Amino acid sequence: MKVSFFVTCIADNVLTNIGIKSIELLEELGCDVVFNPKQTCCGQPLANTGYHKKAKKSMRVLIDALLEDGCDYVVAPSGSCVLQVKEFPHFFRDEAGWADKATVLVDKTFEITDFIVNVLKVTDVGASLTGRAAYHPSCHMSRLLGVKEPPILLLQHVSGLQLVPFKGQDKCCGFGGTFAVKMADLSGAMVTEKVQNIAAAGVDYVIGADGACLMNIEGCIKREGYNIRVYHVVEVLMMR
Amino acid sequence: MSIKTSDLSFKQRMRENLSDSFKRQSIAAAQDLINQKRQECYDKLGDFEKWRDLAADIRSHVLDNLDYYLEQFVSNAERVGATVHFARDAAEANAIAREIFRKKKATKAVKSKSMVTEEIGLNEALEEIGVQILETDLGEYLLQVDNKDKPSHIVIPALHKDRKRIRGVLAAELGYDGDDVPENMTKFVRGILRQAFLSADIAVTGCNFAIAETGTIALMTNEGNGRFVTSIPKTHIVFMGMERIVPSFRELDIMFSMLARSGVGARTSVYMSLITGPKAPADVDGPEELHIIIVDNGRSAVLASEFRDVLRCIRCGACMLECPAYRHVSGHGYGVLYPGPLGAALVPLIAGYKEYKDITKICSLCGACNDVCPVKIPLYETIYQHRRIIVEREKLTNRLEDAAFSVYGNIIGHSRLYRAATRLAFLGNWAPRVSLLKEWCKSREMPVIQKERFRDWFARRRRGEA
Ligand code: SF4
Repeated sequence: MKVSFFVTCIADNVLTNIGIKSIELLEELGCDVVFNPKQTCCGQPLANTGYHKKAKKSMRVLIDALLEDGCDYVVAPSGSCVLQVKEFPHFFRDEAGWADKATVLVDKTFEITDFIVNVLKVTDVGASLTGRAAYHPSCHMSRLLGVKEPPILLLQHVSGLQLVPFKGQDKCCGFGGTFAVKMADLSGAMVTEKVQNIAAAGVDYVIGADGACLMNIEGCIKREGYNIRVYHVVEVLMMR
Repeated sequence: MSIKTSDLSFKQRMRENLSDSFKRQSIAAAQDLINQKRQECYDKLGDFEKWRDLAADIRSHVLDNLDYYLEQFVSNAERVGATVHFARDAAEANAIAREIFRKKKATKAVKSKSMVTEEIGLNEALEEIGVQILETDLGEYLLQVDNKDKPSHIVIPALHKDRKRIRGVLAAELGYDGDDVPENMTKFVRGILRQAFLSADIAVTGCNFAIAETGTIALMTNEGNGRFVTSIPKTHIVFMGMERIVPSFRELDIMFSMLARSGVGARTSVYMSLITGPKAPADVDGPEELHIIIVDNGRSAVLASEFRDVLRCIRCGACMLECPAYRHVSGHGYGVLYPGPLGAALVPLIAGYKEYKDITKICSLCGACNDVCPVKIPLYETIYQHRRIIVEREKLTNRLEDAAFSVYGNIIGHSRLYRAATRLAFLGNWAPRVSLLKEWCKSREMPVIQKERFRDWFARRRRGEA
């Protein structure tokens, strides 16, 4: 099965281990993974702030890059970026050619845990990690994209790992893209509450499936001085 | 009041409310408590999704046929003896009300909670002509006596006050010397309000729903003040947003069930008053004259726009109770009468993008509001579209930001440029913590930009080196 990997800009440049572990995981699960280096960013920071026209440039680049290799699927380690791709046809409503291409892309694109569970039909990848973990369900992924169960199913099969519920678990971590800097005080209040609730649950790890939220949560955990490790689901799934 | 409730700048409002840790704790506790009650209520009812599909369908159907239902409502209300007025905007609505007060030589009014009267600034308009208007909803009353403090929530206006603060207000303003047990404080206020009910000339109320088939006004309250207000004074003026209609009692049943559950997490409100025309000769009480003022105030423009769905709102307040941003800045952070996701969706539409563009920023686009709205308003999508309109149609941005986003858009819009820029991005790790970085670093450490990008690793791996 040929898979085009959409790394997302955060995992390309900042949390690169998410990209690396995604590739290792997909290959281990038998996928033939292609990475098209022409890809850039889904344009979400621009679109969410209101700059739709400016965002469309990168959407075109991404559509072409991800379709170029004629893969069966496109997989990304971020529900938020996948959500954005799923919205592409709306952006190109008035441009028939691009709307068609965008629709082709939408049908092929999956968030990585969704892909593993619902396309590859795997729930146990043979991972193990000992300790207590809080799972943060990112808003775009769980609420708007509707991918709720797959990451949890996968984590439940990690041997030694205990998933612990915590107060305000499904509340937003306050990242929100440019929101985190444009409304930094409010965003900071939100992430601080999130991190305090995580810490109160007495966990060793926070696990999430969206790099942006993890970057936000980790930044605050470090600032507050908690001894809690932050992992993306794929990182955990590659632990043996 | 009016739609605008604060003269502070956006930045000041954010700072002031974020630094009020007392207020933040009160709001957070109230959110958690009421949300839990709401959840339990809907769990018991079952099939929340089906119920809200139904409620949304009812509201959409009414909006799609609003002219028909308004006409039906008006003719039935007139048939049972009500006088119906139409007001295009706040000024017209207030003028109609003032005229009624003048004709009746009325100087004292009692009011049961109504958002639309707040929206048009009725209290001030009446006070200007010497009318004393008293709020009888406990929450609104507390705000009124507390030097006209502003509401922080549309259903629970004093959400930002806890019992200690309430006791303080009662002691300072009204000489209350009891304890802070809610029952005792309520009893004290009740004594004052009873007198007011008995001596008022005119009753003012809002309208939760107006039933087209019978010309009936439905009012829901939890304290019985709505019933009291509409029983004693000889004249009753109802203010009704023009979209408040339901076709018949069958739909009222459903909307009422949703409003009580979504509003305060209760199966029903304590009271529901159904007012069909003024007092009939055989009735023992009730007003002799019933005026219904149907207020447009920007609503027909919304009806004709791509944002019609926003008018489905039944003012339950669930979206703000669920909102994580509202949690920290409270209703006061928005500086508008309708705060939270509803406010960010509605206010720019009825009061203009120019003045209210900033409230669309108080949103991390988490979508939690969409999941709880009992009439399924696409709040997330509406706020998202507002941001586009503010930038691309209204052009209400600053040049620096425009320029920055242009640069960014160009970088990610060209593969080569992106590759070149990200190759050097790690140098940003040593950038001085100014501007956006400084904002980020207020509550968080900076993430590290990697010198070896994922794509470099991948290429290395393909060469067999990794
Ligand atoms: S938008 Fe929906 S949730 Fe918010 S107040 Fe209106 S009806 Fe209630």
